[in-house]
Amino acid sequence: MTTQAGSRPLRQPAVWVALGWLALVGLGALLAPLLAPAGPLAADTDRSLLPPGWDRPLGTDLFGRDVLARLLWGGRWTLGMGFVGLVTAVGLGLPAGLLAGYLGGRVESVTMRIVDAFLAFPGLLLAMAVIAILGTGMGPVAMAVGLAAAPAYARVARSAAQDVRAQPYTEAARALGSGPARILIHHILPNAAAPLIAFAATQLGWVLLNGAALNFLGLGVRPGTPEWGSMLNAGRGFLRDAPWVSGFPGLALTLTVLAANVLGDGLQRVVHPR
Amino acid sequence: MQTAFVLWLAATLAFVAMKLAPGDPAQALLAASGATPEQVAERRAHLGLDDNPVLQYARYLWDLVRGDLGRSWLHGRPVGQMILEQLPATIELALAATAVGVVLGMGLGIVAALRRASWLDTAATAVAAIGLSTPTYWSGLLAIMLFSLHLDWLPATGQGDLSHLVLPALVLGFALSGSVARLVRARVIEVMEEPFVMAAKARGVPSWRVLLLHVLRPALAPALTVIALQLGFLLGGAVVTESVFARQGLGKLAVEAIVWRDLPVVQGVVVFGALVYTLVNLAADLIQAWLNPRLQEGLA
Repeated sequence: MTTQAGSRPLRQPAVWVALGWLALVGLGALLAPLLAPAGPLAADTDRSLLPPGWDRPLGTDLFGRDVLARLLWGGRWTLGMGFVGLVTAVGLGLPAGLLAGYLGGRVESVTMRIVDAFLAFPGLLLAMAVIAILGTGMGPVAMAVGLAAAPAYARVARSAAQDVRAQPYTEAARALGSGPARILIHHILPNAAAPLIAFAATQLGWVLLNGAALNFLGLGVRPGTPEWGSMLNAGRGFLRDAPWVSGFPGLALTLTVLAANVLGDGLQRVVHPR
Repeated sequence: MQTAFVLWLAATLAFVAMKLAPGDPAQALLAASGATPEQVAERRAHLGLDDNPVLQYARYLWDLVRGDLGRSWLHGRPVGQMILEQLPATIELALAATAVGVVLGMGLGIVAALRRASWLDTAATAVAAIGLSTPTYWSGLLAIMLFSLHLDWLPATGQGDLSHLVLPALVLGFALSGSVARLVRARVIEVMEEPFVMAAKARGVPSWRVLLLHVLRPALAPALTVIALQLGFLLGGAVVTESVFARQGLGKLAVEAIVWRDLPVVQGVVVFGALVYTLVNLAADLIQAWLNPRLQEGLA
């Protein structure tokens, strides 16, 4: 996002800031039981909709629940969803793309036609269709965004595999009698890793943004669950009197998506310096 | 040809998904009226649900070609009609957001490219990145807070006159502007280094003329493609934005259908979205080829 087109990610301050934020959010989610021992559901109706103060840094919601505590615990839901979604996208897209790119021929044309068919659906609509079939809930939301992100990942994996396939060392390995499985795992995957990791970071941003959107729309977690998208939705009724109830979950989500995108862009610049 | 094949595959995916989904359509259609098992069986036969799956598939494709998307399980009304009713509101939002996104995105992209590696570039690129990363369901709430609740300039929700359209269009357009800005920036930087731009500068053509005639014109074609490619994003974004601003439209239709498990409506909206998305991209490719005949060989 900045103009320092350093060839290494370590030379790009924005990438460091992004990594730092992701680490902070991840740690907050992991350590939530220590940082907010009362839990995300501890209600106190005497403390309803209090503005931020020293004993409640980010204010309280309608039921007097601490917004910061809910954000920390909510990180477990939101980041967990991002993780499951990303694993689904990579788990489906990576093997399909690598095989298509490496084997070529009929395998490639069949795989890529199926990928094209999936890409014909706008991403969020595809995810919504999956939820319609699986039913609402956090698991379906994570899988749905993962499935919707998988075709794009397959495309990137295919072109990465094609680039490596043409390299002399891959030819050499083949000439020396290595089988396709060995070549894929030992030669294609490690040498194609850089663009694959860079795109995974970008995909994480997409999965978080759209997964939280589905939760915001009420298609994911049950109301009251401290998931960031759902918390955003819950605070809509008090925008005038208690903007912190929606505001902070939205800020946390935006910064996390931004961090994933900045990280993805930074890595992308390393892969394709321009 | 390729497009028709992709559309056929997409429609087939939608059919298979419907068949895999749990629940009996006949039961679902009659659930509200408390039908007897005999009535359900009769309806199953009437709907052709007991027929050979291949026959059902053929019938589904034929219906689709004729524009028949089936009937809602919840309302018993034709899905196509329900979509057409909601379509104008979504098109209105999508067009307005596209206008905002293109103007804002091209502005940011051009400024960033012309002042490359300056603080202006950094700022414009940062705004584009924020646009790409900000959920419309958050920026929408912020916009409501500021413009409706505090300043009281614009209505927060609902629809009607133009004033109801301003906030949703700004919010969705801002999200769109990020990707437009990135591509326009890259393209303008590319064009600025072309020999004909150098030559024009060397001839002493005024810089605004160089920009207008030699830089912007070539930069418009890729901007068109981005917009076509972003239509998928726009349709998804419209769903969320409609919900934030409590607007009518395809988004409301789809979300309600999912909550009530009204699968034909979900299927209809999704297939319709794929159709529009694919056809618009085809149109964009054709216009590109028309603008730039060198591409035509690759398309045929």
